[in-house]
Amino acid sequence: MAQVVLKNVNKLYGPVQAVRDVNLSIYDKEFVVLVGPSGCGKTTTLRMIAGLEAISSGDIAIDGQVVNDLAPMDRDIAMVFQNYALYPHMSVFDNMAFGLKMRKFDRREIAKRVADAADVLGIGELLKRKPRQLSGGQRQRVALGRAIVRHPRVFLFDEPLSNLDAKLRVQMRVELKKLHQRLGTTAVYVTHDQVEAMTLGDRVVVMKDGEVQQEGEPLELYNRPANKFVAGFIGSPAMNFATVTMVDGSGGLAARNGGMEIAVTAGQAERLRGHVGRQLTLGIRPEDLRVADGVEPAGLTFSSRVEVIEQLGSEILLDVRVGDDTMVAAVDPAVRVRPDDTLRLAVNPQRLHFFDARTERAI
Amino acid sequence: MIEGARWKRWVFFYLPMAFFLLFLLFPFYWMVITAIRPDGELYRPWNSINYNPFWTTQPTWDHVRGLLEETLFATWMWNTMFIAMASTVISLVCGVFAGYALARLNFPFAGGLGTGIFITYLVPQTLLFIPLAEIIRNYSLGDTPWALILTYPTFLIPFCTWLMMGYFKAVPKELEECARIDGASRWQAMLYIIIPVAIPGILSAGIFAFTLSWNEFIYALVFLSSPDQKTVPVGVTSELIRGDVFFWGQLMAGALLGSIPVAIAYSFFVEHYVSGLTGSVKG
Repeated sequence: MAQVVLKNVNKLYGPVQAVRDVNLSIYDKEFVVLVGPSGCGKTTTLRMIAGLEAISSGDIAIDGQVVNDLAPMDRDIAMVFQNYALYPHMSVFDNMAFGLKMRKFDRREIAKRVADAADVLGIGELLKRKPRQLSGGQRQRVALGRAIVRHPRVFLFDEPLSNLDAKLRVQMRVELKKLHQRLGTTAVYVTHDQVEAMTLGDRVVVMKDGEVQQEGEPLELYNRPANKFVAGFIGSPAMNFATVTMVDGSGGLAARNGGMEIAVTAGQAERLRGHVGRQLTLGIRPEDLRVADGVEPAGLTFSSRVEVIEQLGSEILLDVRVGDDTMVAAVDPAVRVRPDDTLRLAVNPQRLHFFDARTERAI
Repeated sequence: MIEGARWKRWVFFYLPMAFFLLFLLFPFYWMVITAIRPDGELYRPWNSINYNPFWTTQPTWDHVRGLLEETLFATWMWNTMFIAMASTVISLVCGVFAGYALARLNFPFAGGLGTGIFITYLVPQTLLFIPLAEIIRNYSLGDTPWALILTYPTFLIPFCTWLMMGYFKAVPKELEECARIDGASRWQAMLYIIIPVAIPGILSAGIFAFTLSWNEFIYALVFLSSPDQKTVPVGVTSELIRGDVFFWGQLMAGALLGSIPVAIAYSFFVEHYVSGLTGSVKG
């Protein structure tokens, strides 16, 4: 049980800054997910916590103890790697027992702990097998087992599910969540998959170009993204963006461009008044768009032309053209449309996002 | 296997295969047949009526017996075995550690050093034996097995280092990182994880090194002079060719017996050896 604190952590590879001024407090028993596109510094950050990469500057503390110069073995952490990193010449039992043997546990304790972990993960029958005789999912479990037998202070996961097929990944995701709820060990999890981040994390940290863009609970990130990058990264399908100009018309404040004019609610108007006449980026999530039924006020609908229809069963994704912009709308599966149809779409006025066109920060 | 008509299989598979087999096995057949033919048949002129170089009607063990009783062949075998084993072990130990260091430890000029080591392997032995002879003489090692045990590594260590470096690079880094997180020091991670995983590579490096030292000729010829110190390749050629008289039967018997240990080593380790060359690490 431990908390992990990163203070002004930087990592430089020659002139390249892989991680820039990361400040992060991970509380005891918390499951924190670092998410971002490849090359954003998330894995480097994790490896610095593990002690596999030296820190260029800053401090990392586990349970109040600064561990900057501590070897990986002395940090009392366990890590699960993307390629599992099972020792190919050892049986499953020996793979799981290796860490305990290195720490000089006595034999009976090792056997008991391995049996317990195997029991939790349902790999009791596999203990005598070699890694090459296991399927991808089984290897993943063994890698997890190897991490949990040691009862470490912190679990570190480096994209552990990305080598599994889609179905197994969803299944293992649920199991990981259950495992964490059961063991309650502090966990730091790295992924590039925002769905994994949203479903697993108590808290999600979005990174880009070595910097933390935003940290918060999953829904906070979804509902109130701090900038355009987070808004576009969290949520699937991704948020639609359109460049608009704020105008102060007869019906109050509105966002206008070549294809639409959308009235802004009173609550948002206050924040946006200072931006009248300036260009902003408007963000609308696909799920906040629906087919207009004719009763909405004029300022909340706009006309679009259907380009592509993606039928998902539970909903339909429509790729539509609005003026010069392309947008995706997730609409009710009962809607009947065909390509090239003209369609009026309505927006949910409470759920409009505005970003500064230059700094890309949320307004 | 090639699919399709029977003639295709013959043309594209069996015939080329037969040709290669003949090509590769004929020298061995020639050694065997020469080693067991009586002198009367061996030295029969080519234009005599019953001349037949490919077959014998009176096989004999005389040459083998002669080789073992009249020459120091058994001693040469023992010398060669001892020298090849010792220099292989020395070279493997150095090569494994050096290869690991070059592949895994981040230190300045690691890449340049790796290339440098490889270049030393390219220096021909026929050049290197001249300065080495001076050193051997200065340390009074001439005419002892140590003259070879200590000079063979000059070409075996670069070879083993290069091979092991490539092999260690193919072993996923995460295995070692995982071991270090699991509580192993770098030394323990290497000993318990990396070296066991690299055994196919170590075996193939070892087999190569053993074969190279077993067959080595120049150093053995230059640094050893007493008949009882010689190795098989030098002993056989220097003691069984007297002037312009070739004792073909014994020469071939010596070559045959001398190639047996290498053949055994190859066939015994062939599975590891092949997987070592392809660098396969199963994850």
